[in-house]
Amino acid sequence: MRVFIPTPLRSYTGDRGEVEATGATVAEALRDLDARFPGIRFRMIDEQDAIRRHIRIWVNKDEARTLEASLVESDELIIFQALSGG
Amino acid sequence: MNVDRTPPSRSLGPATGCVALLVATRKGAFIFRSDKARRAWRVAGPMFFGHIVHHMVLDTRPNARGRRTLLAATSTGHLGPTIFRSTDLGRSWNEATRPPAFPKAATGQTARTVGHTFWLTPGYAGEPGVWYAGTSPQGLFRTEDDGESWSPVTGFNDHPMIERWTGGEKDGTPDGPKLHSINVDPRDPRHLYIAMSSGGVFESRDRGGSWRPLNAGVLADFMPDKYPEYGQDAHCVRLHPAAPDVLYQQNHCGIYRIERPGVEWQRIGDNMPKRIGDIGFPLVLHPRDPATLWVFPMDGGTVWPRTSPGGKPAAYMSRDAGRRWKRQDAGLPKSQGWFTVKRQAMSADAHEPVGVYFGTTGGELWATRNEGEKWTCVARHLPEIYAVEAAEVLR
Repeated sequence: MRVFIPTPLRSYTGDRGEVEATGATVAEALRDLDARFPGIRFRMIDEQDAIRRHIRIWVNKDEARTLEASLVESDELIIFQALSGG
Repeated sequence: MNVDRTPPSRSLGPATGCVALLVATRKGAFIFRSDKARRAWRVAGPMFFGHIVHHMVLDTRPNARGRRTLLAATSTGHLGPTIFRSTDLGRSWNEATRPPAFPKAATGQTARTVGHTFWLTPGYAGEPGVWYAGTSPQGLFRTEDDGESWSPVTGFNDHPMIERWTGGEKDGTPDGPKLHSINVDPRDPRHLYIAMSSGGVFESRDRGGSWRPLNAGVLADFMPDKYPEYGQDAHCVRLHPAAPDVLYQQNHCGIYRIERPGVEWQRIGDNMPKRIGDIGFPLVLHPRDPATLWVFPMDGGTVWPRTSPGGKPAAYMSRDAGRRWKRQDAGLPKSQGWFTVKRQAMSADAHEPVGVYFGTTGGELWATRNEGEKWTCVARHLPEIYAVEAAEVLR
């Protein structure tokens, strides 16, 4: 599936804003993404498997509130992040 | 793990080489390198532009790889924290594969997450590759592969008393409670000291397996019990490398000294001028003389402005372990200088005479080549400075 990467995370993807990942859930897709781009997951997901405070993950037009949201291959995973900290 | 039990052959003679100032700021990191006279400086950076860099430290252990291994603790306001590593003095960086992180909590357990890594300290000289990290909220982590992968020091992080030692969120500093001032006894890799805001000072003699508070004599004027066993707000604790039984502490409630095996801190800040007080963040030791130290006082009155008292910034230096203090403000603004110098933002080199350096929240980097007799501004207009570490580099 297509995954859209926000600018603060593009240092992991070779500056690409759109990459590929596979998985039947958001959790699996992010694990696959991390295997392709090591380190990217921990910047979005903390060690308790919670989505970090300023990260939002959308599956098509619906926000995924947990990592257990299911996916199909035709879905688009869109990662947003709110700027913070001044 | 390869452990060299030979006592470290740390040279205590004055340094003569170039100095690197590792400047960590709210918007990236910079490295200022001097000539051998420490008169001219050239800058590299910003590195990690836009990232909050909490601490950047060079491995200066005698067996380190040519004084070129750097670790940097970074975060942003919107991404999780991580550690970057360089083996070529900052020319290139790689991210740790496993940054400091608490274990996944079991059901019913308190779930802790590392907000940021705040403090980095190389380990014992005979244990190459070992570093310690302190985090916010308070956690202690260790690496044995030069920062590539980090593991929790469970003897501390999972101690039955940890919640009582560290207090709640209300006890923390404004951007999160911190574990800092990790000091490794240069004679014994098992002997560690750490400090916390909040929590106070703790000691381990078994490489972090067990811990006990070391806060007797230290005031906590914000607590019902003014001299509690733990819960103090330590700002900065330094162990003297040439006299490892001597430690100094800049605390929320004064400046203290302890000489082990003694267990009670003595308040040496009472000897500071009353109009200045003895509140501050950083504390810096002379690299060879255990009786000489510097502090940078701040206003801890009313609502705690935490800027230079009266807008007149100055370092204070003692050459007799805090019995007498000398104001050192030559070259600094005479008025309207509202500096704050954070706890990691002041350090010393090992030259003769010693160079002392500090960075301000206003983005100025100041230096003295003569132990505080005269200050000069090395750089202005940097982002808010979080940390300044001085280290000799070979070239």
